Amino acid sequence: MFDFLDGYDVLGAFWMTVKLTALSALGSLVWGTLLAAMRVSPVPLMRGFGTAYVNIVRNIPLTVIIVFTSLGLADIFGVTMGASDDFPLQGFRLAVLGLTAYTAAFVCEALRSGINTVPPGQAEAARAIGLSFSQVLGLVVLPQAFRSVIGPLANVLIALTKNTTVAAAIGVAEAASLMKTMIENEAQLLLIGAVFAFGFVVLTLPTGLALGWLSKRLAVKR
Amino acid sequence: MKLRKVTAATAAALVLALTATACGGDDDKGDTGSGGGDKIKVGIKFDQPGIGLKEPDGSFSGFDVDVATYVAKQLGYEPDKIEWVETKSADRETALARGDVKFIAASYSINDKRKAKVDFAGPYLLAHQDLLVKADSNIAKGTDLNGKNLCSVTGSTSAQNIKDTIAPKANLRENSGYSECIAALQSGAVDAVTTDDSILAGFAAQDKYEGQFKLAGLKLSNENYGIGVKKGDTATVNKINTALEKMVSDGAWDTAVKDNFGPAGYKNEPAPKIGDIVS
Repeated sequence: MFDFLDGYDVLGAFWMTVKLTALSALGSLVWGTLLAAMRVSPVPLMRGFGTAYVNIVRNIPLTVIIVFTSLGLADIFGVTMGASDDFPLQGFRLAVLGLTAYTAAFVCEALRSGINTVPPGQAEAARAIGLSFSQVLGLVVLPQAFRSVIGPLANVLIALTKNTTVAAAIGVAEAASLMKTMIENEAQLLLIGAVFAFGFVVLTLPTGLALGWLSKRLAVKR
Repeated sequence: MKLRKVTAATAAALVLALTATACGGDDDKGDTGSGGGDKIKVGIKFDQPGIGLKEPDGSFSGFDVDVATYVAKQLGYEPDKIEWVETKSADRETALARGDVKFIAASYSINDKRKAKVDFAGPYLLAHQDLLVKADSNIAKGTDLNGKNLCSVTGSTSAQNIKDTIAPKANLRENSGYSECIAALQSGAVDAVTTDDSILAGFAAQDKYEGQFKLAGLKLSNENYGIGVKKGDTATVNKINTALEKMVSDGAWDTAVKDNFGPAGYKNEPAPKIGDIVS
């Protein structure tokens, strides 16, 4: 029944999905944290930039962003992420760039909601003992904020895992791209679709369970 | 204040529900119309100029559309009785098996694995995998592609063919659609676009690209376009085959080829004989 799987590197395609997810998750965590810091900072210009970025980027369809990285950034502006002669590598790096830019907006908003759970008295007390803004944020507020948003961040991570399928649009050889190839060759839409759907459940279900458990353990009891 | 909000929300919900039902009503009427047996549903591509394209004004054009219109007429359906349904490559087998469409003319190459799922009438066109290049390009044979930048569609057989046999050292980029590839060719990011010559000719014949591109004229593969019919529906297959033979003999086939591929300098093969599959 599953002989149509012969000759296709299904595991390799899912490994590409994992790599895309991991790198984009890391990138969007860093960039999203910076954005969140901007959005709560006392400097109006930074607050404005953070707000504008989040509201623009999260409202553009991901497909548009990913295709833009290829047709716009790479073809027209020549931004090839150091891989101008190697389209698969270029596609991979551009996809990580696009996914990071998009997901960071959601990480930022999740984190900002976490910052709002920290009682304002703590920030005031930290300022009162002479800490600077970055010290207040880095030493007092963010550590508590992160612990309260592990659950929401898990949602963002799971959404990111599934969003990596959009990278097939610019030729990254991840799971959805192999699925297209197999359906084209084998004419077995339902079975092949089911195999890949199962693959994504295998990837995301443990993530959700592990991070759900972690969020219960690490939550700050107030 | 709160009460007013609730009232407003209820009113909004009601309006939405009413409009939704109104739409439903319209759809129902349309369904009874086509269910009455006087309409035929035909599957085509909506996004391939020259083959099957939905125009901005809602009309349809292309070689597959012309063939399907002719065949439907021979089956007893005037052009205004045809309901066009978009069948993307991945949906074609399912659409036939479920009976969503009576037949499919959508650059559908006949091959063994597909023949296990659906029946084919035809073939009605012999296409070849080819390259579309800039008008001043000097790419002349398949091996010229090694080291060159090439674009095709994610997962397409053309892309696999280049990677596996023709030019393994070509720098292949896969995009989600041919329009993206053509855009990359126009901007110079790639040196060639590859897929069936009929599809390429359709793109190159578009007004906005006229004179910019040419077909390299390589015959990298044989693609026998057939008309897909539900598995086991031999009666329809026979009727369509008769219609296709008539289309070739009365010259309508040649006219359709000229109309749709002409401006791109496409050299078509003579009309294939029914059941004669070139491998």
